[in-house]
Amino acid sequence: MSWVTKTLSSTLGRKLIMALTGLFLILFLTGHVSGNLLLFKNDGGQAFNIYAKFMTTNPAVKLLSYLTYISVIGHVIYSILLSQLNKTARPVGYAETKSSKNSSSASRNMGVLGTIILVFLIIHMQSFWYQMHWGDLPIVSYDGEEYKDLFSIVSFAFQSELMVIGYVIAMGFLGFHLSHGFASAFQTLGLNHKKYSPAIEGLGKIYSILVPILFASMPVYIYFTSLS
Amino acid sequence: MILDSKIPAGPLAEKWTKHKFNSKLVNPANKRKYDVIVVGTGLAGASAAASLAELGYNVKAFCFQDSPRRAHSIAAQGGINAAKNYQNDGDSVFRLFYDTIKGGDYRAREANVYRLAEVSVSIIDQCVAQGVPFAREYGGLLANRSFGGAQVSRTFYARGQTGQQLLLGAYSALSRQVANGKVKLYPRTEMMDVVTIDGHARGIVTRNLITGAIETHAGHAVLLCTGGYGNVFFLSTNAMGSNVTAAWRAHKKGALFANPCFTQIHPTCIPVSGDHQSKLTLMSESLRNDGRVWVPKTVETSEKLRKKQIKPADIKDEDRDYFLERKYPSFGNLVPRDVASRNAKYVCDEGRGVNETGEAVFLDFRDAIARDSEDAIRARYGNLFDMYQQITGENPYKTPMMIYPAVHYTMGGLWVDYNLMTNIPGLYALGEANFSDHGANRLGASALMQGLADGYFVAPYTIGDYLAQTPPKKVDDSHPAFAESLANVKSAIEKLLKINGSKTVDHFHKRLGKIMWNECGMARTEEGLKKAKAEIKALKKEFWSDVKVLGTNEELNQSLEKANRVADFIELGELMIDDALNRNESCGGHFREEYQTPEGEALRDDENYAYVAAWKYLGENQEEELVKEPLEFENVKLTQRSYK
Amino acid sequence: MKLTLKIWRQKNASDKGGFVTYPVDGISTDMSFLEMLDVLNEQLTEKGEDPVHFDHDCREGICGMCSLYINGNPHGPLQTTTCQLHMRSFSDGQTITIEPWRAKAFPVVKDLVVNRSAFDRIIQAGGYVSVNTGGVPDANEIPIPKRIADEAFDAATCIGCGACVAACKNASAMLFTSAKISQLALLPQGRVERKERAEKMVAQMDAEGFGACTNTGACAAECPKGISLTNIARMNREYFAAVVSSENV
Repeated sequence: MSWVTKTLSSTLGRKLIMALTGLFLILFLTGHVSGNLLLFKNDGGQAFNIYAKFMTTNPAVKLLSYLTYISVIGHVIYSILLSQLNKTARPVGYAETKSSKNSSSASRNMGVLGTIILVFLIIHMQSFWYQMHWGDLPIVSYDGEEYKDLFSIVSFAFQSELMVIGYVIAMGFLGFHLSHGFASAFQTLGLNHKKYSPAIEGLGKIYSILVPILFASMPVYIYFTSLS
Repeated sequence: MILDSKIPAGPLAEKWTKHKFNSKLVNPANKRKYDVIVVGTGLAGASAAASLAELGYNVKAFCFQDSPRRAHSIAAQGGINAAKNYQNDGDSVFRLFYDTIKGGDYRAREANVYRLAEVSVSIIDQCVAQGVPFAREYGGLLANRSFGGAQVSRTFYARGQTGQQLLLGAYSALSRQVANGKVKLYPRTEMMDVVTIDGHARGIVTRNLITGAIETHAGHAVLLCTGGYGNVFFLSTNAMGSNVTAAWRAHKKGALFANPCFTQIHPTCIPVSGDHQSKLTLMSESLRNDGRVWVPKTVETSEKLRKKQIKPADIKDEDRDYFLERKYPSFGNLVPRDVASRNAKYVCDEGRGVNETGEAVFLDFRDAIARDSEDAIRARYGNLFDMYQQITGENPYKTPMMIYPAVHYTMGGLWVDYNLMTNIPGLYALGEANFSDHGANRLGASALMQGLADGYFVAPYTIGDYLAQTPPKKVDDSHPAFAESLANVKSAIEKLLKINGSKTVDHFHKRLGKIMWNECGMARTEEGLKKAKAEIKALKKEFWSDVKVLGTNEELNQSLEKANRVADFIELGELMIDDALNRNESCGGHFREEYQTPEGEALRDDENYAYVAAWKYLGENQEEELVKEPLEFENVKLTQRSYK
Repeated sequence: MKLTLKIWRQKNASDKGGFVTYPVDGISTDMSFLEMLDVLNEQLTEKGEDPVHFDHDCREGICGMCSLYINGNPHGPLQTTTCQLHMRSFSDGQTITIEPWRAKAFPVVKDLVVNRSAFDRIIQAGGYVSVNTGGVPDANEIPIPKRIADEAFDAATCIGCGACVAACKNASAMLFTSAKISQLALLPQGRVERKERAEKMVAQMDAEGFGACTNTGACAAECPKGISLTNIARMNREYFAAVVSSENV
């Protein structure tokens, strides 16, 4: 084994992958949520559709999107590898555990939260990402240029109560996942400092509340505007 | 029998240097042909095993704990002395030597003690190089604190966990040699016997505590670093597993046992709370730097305290008796341990004790907190205060601690010469297991110093001298002496398991402890000792006919482990009584009520008792033979110890 | 106090084991938890039943030998060692479940006794400064800032009890390993070998079969000596820096 594979198969190496991919996905989420704020613009989806086209065609963004796919896949695969390893580390469990005394439930259930988020992600990508890339979307044109009307798909999808509730719940899970994952990634990278760690932890708390709320508010907003 | 202490000739300060030069050396290429057995992995054992392995010998290290890191040296709190004179307060090797000899009430060998003081400075260097995180000043240099029995600050410390840090340092050196393949570790293995061939120690018999396997191990030298025997009192500050078995079995094989009655009662322990008590917890003596010891002036006030009608804080200063400060104005609360303990006993005997049992005095930090702030006190003693609170449920920052003396250390042990060799050639005793350096009383922060001095800096030289005179031929454990010893060990265990009586091992241990504490504890009388001797004889008989040890040998069997140890404690107890009866004087930890000054201080008899009392085992149920090693003092004048 | 004890009994390493329930009576609140078990064992022995085996030695919270998982937490409800836990932390009539540490790397030896030699092997892999006895510089030759010395001390107070492994849902030994790596990385004496140490100790930790860290913080929350998570972060830094810059290909 070379030193690279040896390192990446060590417990610390695997954690490192989880942290790096996790942090990249946090960056992705930041971009994703900021762009999608265009949904709130009351222009019939024009800005959103222009943005969507940009995101699927710009070469730089394309590169980032590949990195995102890799991060998602890496994050999932390594989480499975780690969970397997961690399971074998305790073949006989305890009859009674009171882990609420020593740790947060989110931190102990990252795997479960992650799985739920993965299921959500598949549905989410099938609904929008797949449609955008390969779906049969209506075309709109602004200033003579043609765009796929992703906005119409989005606003149609969120007229379903089931879909909206599902999204809101999924964002709740994302929030819990981030509430541990954000600061945890920094800890894994070894970035723990008396001065900065409290700020990182604070930022993590804010992030894990703010971003999911923003995401969740989109379907809710669309649902209610479609009612009126 | 004449004991040769092999003290080198010449001026005190040159003895060790000359002796090292005169010691024979083993050629580096030959060192790997010698096997050395080290029993015990505390400060003395771990440091000796590591140092010998570094030199190139093949070492086998044994401990009964599951890891060498758990040896009871780990529990030492206060610190380690060294004559560094970093504080520029007048310390020197000679002063440390002098304090130790005087503190030991002139019952230790001058040459050994001087060597101890001499190598003390190297110990600190060694430990710092290993990464032991001693306390430091803001300038980055090492900090010191003062300790009982000394008027200079020479004690190095790591908060209240100095023993832990030093042991982990020695353990790390040992671990390094395990990784190098020079030390083979045998944890959870107890030594059951020493094997001698042609009068030389050539191996041991052990019991694997997990499987019960009785095994033999051969070597060219055997080092017993197995600690003290304070658990003969059942209640002591020793760990539950601390025992005398290795030393005692060596004694029964012919090694003399010296000054067994010299036991140290530590003044600052958490008082006994009830019959269920399994051990006593020490609060470091360093607490006496800032804590003030007192009891109420009158019995009436104490009675009110005991009945909880008043609180300690309700008692005004003029109604408090700071008895150590009153009686010993120059040393105050920092008098040596034996003096502090005895005075606590006196005030409690007068009925001025402060807890429900009447056996406790206060150690009060009120004034220190007012002077230095609570944070400053927390920085110095935080972990001790926490420990106190966990055990007693009381907050010592708010209410004074209660303390009472408890058995802590045993100055007596296997007799060794200047080379730390017992009278059996090839058999060495290091650390608390030997008798050599502390006389009749040990000063605080000197046990760690002695353990490491023996292991790092003395034994590696003196053992080389012995091995150089031993042919490097492999010792073979097929020699009949091994088979014989093995059979004896097995039959003794079978005997214990067969008794199947009605009382548990602890039952006997507790009874033994009570006899020892009452009659051979802080104060002893001829009458009481004679009574105790008869009681122990009876107890021994009862033990061997009525003890209940369940299970088999071939498994982890903690009752059997205890039974083996208690059987030896009972025999040792009797010898301690004999020794205390023989010594018709009071000195250090040995206080015979018949021999005291009008002020109640220990009254030595230098004319008749300035000797080491070494005892020779003559056989089952026979009185042991006393062999005397006279003590000669050429460099200090014997005086009545005074700390006034 | 009257209590019901539900204790894991297992004759030896190959036995399957199971819980046995014992009532105990006459327990005083001043007793330590282990003294309460002593009472039980005296009763069992008198009845001719095998006493419950458990590890313990110093009974003053420093040797790290005691290792009971009590009512769902290592060393019980307080952040202390089992031997420093007193019965005043329990209430009359309570049922107390007592289990051994559970980890693949800590196999059960008998009843509540486990084998923690994996910790020794982690230290043997590099938890030392390679200096021989003698020939070292004067202790005051290298000044060490008080803050650094204190921080190293805080890491060095680890007693090797294994509560961190027992508490961790992944049975990870990172707090233990990092405490030693941290202590020696902070001190100038340990810096010489820091890279090799980090690589070797982490490799040994993995080889022993401990799990990976998921930063739940349970270890630090249960550690009787209050060893902090900053040590794990420092270990990560040391390790990553070591693998990137060392010459071990």
